[in-house]
Amino acid sequence: MAISFSSQALEAFHQLLALYPDKSAALIPVLHLAKREFKTITPEVMSYVAGLLDVPPTRVMDVVSFYTLFPREEEGRYVIQVCATLSCSLMGAGTIIDYLQKKLNIGIGETTADKRFTLKKVECLGSCGTAPVMQINDDYYENLTPARIDEILASLP
Amino acid sequence: MSEKYFLKHIDRPESNTLAFYLQQGGYRTWKRVLQEKSPEQIIEEVKRSGLRGRGGAGFPTGLKWSFVPRQSASPKYLVCNADESEPGTFKDRYLIEREPHLLLEGMAMAAYAIDSRQAFIYIRGEFAYGAQTLERAIHEATEAGLLGKNIQASGYDLQITVHRGAGAYICGEETGLLESLEGKRGWPRLKPPFPATKGAFGCPTVVNNVETLVNLPVILSLGADRYAAIGSNEKNTGPKLYCLSGHVNRPGLYEFPLGKNLQELIYQEAGGIRKGKKLKAVIPGGSSVPVLRADEIDVAMDFDALVSRGSMLGSAGVIVMDEDTCMVKALLNLATFYSHESCGQCTPCREGTMWMKKILSRIEHGQGRPEDLPLLEDIARHIQGRTICPLGDAAAMPAASFLKQFRQEFIEHIEQKKCPHSK
Repeated sequence: MAISFSSQALEAFHQLLALYPDKSAALIPVLHLAKREFKTITPEVMSYVAGLLDVPPTRVMDVVSFYTLFPREEEGRYVIQVCATLSCSLMGAGTIIDYLQKKLNIGIGETTADKRFTLKKVECLGSCGTAPVMQINDDYYENLTPARIDEILASLP
Repeated sequence: MSEKYFLKHIDRPESNTLAFYLQQGGYRTWKRVLQEKSPEQIIEEVKRSGLRGRGGAGFPTGLKWSFVPRQSASPKYLVCNADESEPGTFKDRYLIEREPHLLLEGMAMAAYAIDSRQAFIYIRGEFAYGAQTLERAIHEATEAGLLGKNIQASGYDLQITVHRGAGAYICGEETGLLESLEGKRGWPRLKPPFPATKGAFGCPTVVNNVETLVNLPVILSLGADRYAAIGSNEKNTGPKLYCLSGHVNRPGLYEFPLGKNLQELIYQEAGGIRKGKKLKAVIPGGSSVPVLRADEIDVAMDFDALVSRGSMLGSAGVIVMDEDTCMVKALLNLATFYSHESCGQCTPCREGTMWMKKILSRIEHGQGRPEDLPLLEDIARHIQGRTICPLGDAAAMPAASFLKQFRQEFIEHIEQKKCPHSK
């Protein structure tokens, strides 16, 4: 069955188009919308978005593969992104990453068997004054310690 | 105590609401400017204020605006660069989340000065909360008649759109940012043409950093002369945010006039080095600038004094490293960052950053060879000045400076066939 945006997402799509002088410029915001709707940006989703914006599917693939925030493979319900760049690394990001790997029993880039968590090591999240830092879905968690991580993970619904 | 313009409300979580901002006298200057000043007068005032871009390059803001053609058949765009991703930098995120109306007021002034009716805020994709905060602030300001159509019955219209990026350091480079805004890969463009004549959607465009824009309400309310009196000299004016991270007792955001002494910043303001350790090294302006040794930090944090010291102010992201830090590991960390973030367009940067990472990794892991050090320097030399955008230079400069300033540590790794810091 062919995929399609919900009526709510379609409305958001039309509002987005009005913001840009050129239809194809809405590609990145539309991909954010598609991520919210479909979670994974599969080839099918790329073709659908290409159709919506009247651009070739290769253009969508070109963009999706360039950026880090458009997952092409299924991810867990909670995507944990741990910053590993210099300031976080100086403040112990390595320990945080090791702890998470052990606690979740997965490696970097992997997803737990119950599809609850995906663990990623990422570059600077722009929160160096409160290092070490991680982002779970849209939320930042700062000044991390193993004990804080236990609390945070236990608090997730 | 110097006066605070940006961190004044750091203890007031409601500082991001329109009601709070208006209570503090917010948008009063925007209304007055709209009634009393012509775009030319604003440009003149900003030129006289001495404001230099806070994104890293330090280019005079008024001069940048004056390159935009006065008459243009096509629309003109103002784009706010909120793609903050330079390692060590976290000032724009605070301004976005806590002072969004100060940013919008500054954007309104900049857009009016260049006669732009449509402006974009390009915010990095990870700042989802910041994007929401900005959307809400734009809505509030539009409802209040401070943005939108026929603002304050002046006949001037301004629409501001929040555009979220999707995870790519290169989009902080202004032409990479414009490509991304147009819905493409963030591949930087060859210059000329410069964005002032051919920027977003082929139209004249000004790209200004968040912190640059929040200085405009300060300049236009104080007046250029009083603003220019803040700072270390006539070429380095105005208030400045400093981001302190790494091994200090009190990391975080600090505001002082431009030209604050780096040693005072670390030892007095940020409480010195953690656990009573000694200082080894400081990167003063975000990861892309040359590193300083502990004996080189008695220097003013301004655009010119740091250049004389062999480094740069950059984004004022101060990364502090104590005596236990392994400088090979630190450089490997940065090389990994640049290799990951190189957009892949220019061969010297794409291949050079990857090889620097590989060579540094083998040195750190005890497999380095004596000839690796000249090889690394050779790679850095062959990247610098040979790429479309400054990412190549940004990767090469730390490498060259770490090797020069801390060469003995690299040699020890190679001679001992291990990292002397690892247990």
